[in-house]
Amino acid sequence: MSILVDNNTRVVVQGITGSEGTFHSTQMLEYGTKVVAGVTPGKGGTTHLDVPVFNTVADAVKETGANTSCIFVPPPFAADALMEAADAGVKLAICITEGIPTRDMLEVNEYMKKRTTRYIGPNCPGAISPGKAKVGIMPAFIHKQGSIGVISRSGTLTYEAVGQLTALELGQSTCIGIGGDPIIGSTFIDLLELFQDDPDTEAMVMIGEIGGNAEEKAAQFITDYVTKPVVAFIAGRTAPPGRRMGHAGAIIAGGKGTAEDKISALNEAGVHVAESPAEIGITMQKVLRK
Amino acid sequence: MKIHEYQGKEILRKYGVAVPDGGAAFTPDEAVEVAKKLDSKVFVVKAQIHAGGRGKGGGVKIAKSLEEVRSLAEQLLGMNLVTHQTGPGGRIVKRLLVEQGVDIARELYAGVVLDRESAMDVIMVSTEGGVEIEKVAAETPDLIFKVKVDPAVGLRPFQIKQMVYALKLEGSQVKSAVKFISALYRAYKETDASMAEINPLVVTGSGDVMALDAKLNFDDNALYRHKDIVEYRDLAEEEPAEIEASKFDLNYIKLDGNVGCMVNGAGLAMSTMDIIKLTGGEPANFLDVGGAANATTVKAGFEIIISDPNVKAVWINIFGGIVRCDRVAQGVIDALSALDVKVPVVVRLAGTNAIEAAKMLRDSPLEFIVADDFKDGAEKVVAAVV
Repeated sequence: MSILVDNNTRVVVQGITGSEGTFHSTQMLEYGTKVVAGVTPGKGGTTHLDVPVFNTVADAVKETGANTSCIFVPPPFAADALMEAADAGVKLAICITEGIPTRDMLEVNEYMKKRTTRYIGPNCPGAISPGKAKVGIMPAFIHKQGSIGVISRSGTLTYEAVGQLTALELGQSTCIGIGGDPIIGSTFIDLLELFQDDPDTEAMVMIGEIGGNAEEKAAQFITDYVTKPVVAFIAGRTAPPGRRMGHAGAIIAGGKGTAEDKISALNEAGVHVAESPAEIGITMQKVLRK
Repeated sequence: MKIHEYQGKEILRKYGVAVPDGGAAFTPDEAVEVAKKLDSKVFVVKAQIHAGGRGKGGGVKIAKSLEEVRSLAEQLLGMNLVTHQTGPGGRIVKRLLVEQGVDIARELYAGVVLDRESAMDVIMVSTEGGVEIEKVAAETPDLIFKVKVDPAVGLRPFQIKQMVYALKLEGSQVKSAVKFISALYRAYKETDASMAEINPLVVTGSGDVMALDAKLNFDDNALYRHKDIVEYRDLAEEEPAEIEASKFDLNYIKLDGNVGCMVNGAGLAMSTMDIIKLTGGEPANFLDVGGAANATTVKAGFEIIISDPNVKAVWINIFGGIVRCDRVAQGVIDALSALDVKVPVVVRLAGTNAIEAAKMLRDSPLEFIVADDFKDGAEKVVAAVV
């Protein structure tokens, strides 16, 4: 097993005809992901990459049985795209788009509370269950099928961690980037719970960074609920306060959201925190050998 | 994005938030002109820089005549203002705000920010105005009253009343404060502000409630729909290298160390700084060249890094996912051939086509230190500095 995406995942790509949508849909198809539909308003009835294109997500779901949306829509329209996906009833919506205004995401968050669709991101690389399905933009070849679950607020740092795991022959059940924005859909807690309940996941890696208190809350959840080993790394110990470090959500504000606070909360929860970003894989290897 | 106090007050005024009368001045003559138009016997001359603590730093002065406005303006313009937020280097004052003096009866606080945890805006008020709110929060948290705004229904009248009474306002002040808070929240929301802070919020001798200071920051992602706010950007307040970087969509933040680094992706860039420090070095910058690093961005990034005279070695740390490492390697070779780089350069390329890329670097006539992995890169670049 795995979580979120697998062989039953049927993807509708919102913004499939744009340059990003085209490139990454091609990659997903090459990986064997079932991309069954695309949506670009005004291009309904055409095909793109041999995939049928629809005007609305509702049409795509109705005609193709798509159950997962992957969103490459530009920032001014992305919040609406997320709501459209939920309205159409997909089970999972993954929003890759970077640069969505926070206020738009507050509205999305509110809208989603009343619906059953789970959403991931925005500003994230997506999710991959190696050997089964890739819904997102991560380089597939660095992954290896296995039993480690990976959850991260970052993109390339996740690839680094996955690269380290794969090099040590530690395959992954599912790897998810949850995104670097202040307001996101699924959190560390949501996904830790799914991994804890997934019989094929043996241990988890969580990669956090400065800003907010998602890691502290995850530490509490791990204490209360998680019995599988968790390895963590927190980026930004050297980040100056008050500056946004690339990600909109990566900022130490008013003395809150520091790496030290997060690391100490995770240590207290019994999480194995890697001191160095180069030691994420090796830390997991040591934990599993015990 | 940050703006100046006088710009913040212009925005607040449009939304009906009470602020003192006043205007901006770039020269002593303009300062006197602004003062002349004010119906006041006392004037406040305030240095405008993008940092707090201006009063304590000597950037806010009281004038009792137009002559005094002129002499204070002459004194403040061009002054290097050092506050706890500017760092020891300080900032040169180039703009002033000249305002009417206000008869202050009480100093309060009001602020609006996003609470990430609940995904709601939170409005905070406190009877303890005029001091740093972080200090109040740490020492007397009970004196800060907070309400969260439910996005489904917006800011409710009962919540405004709760805040007004928490501020111990009475009589005619109540009506004035209700109007103030609702207008402040509307301004925050409709301009896509990421923060609106009024410290101090004052009650005047005649019972009016007014913003004596105004600090507004805006969500960069929403600026596309606020052209009028973008106009307020003051490039003189920004680090020149950071402005240059933003032209290439590079995310650069200057730090105080001597190991320059260029990385793709924010999380990897932050952890590259961390591992430099962990290995005994000091990072000179944060630089995220983005998910799509190419020859142009690599060259621009290089120029920006080496424009910092503190940089004694540069580390290029790229994890090629979608971006192909051989293309990045070509960019590095092109950049170094074109630029006069006098410091050692360590290159670590991993991911897509990394082996081909390493070979290209080794075969080129330029001198690179090629690193095998993340840890090796950190060790090699820190060693290269000494």
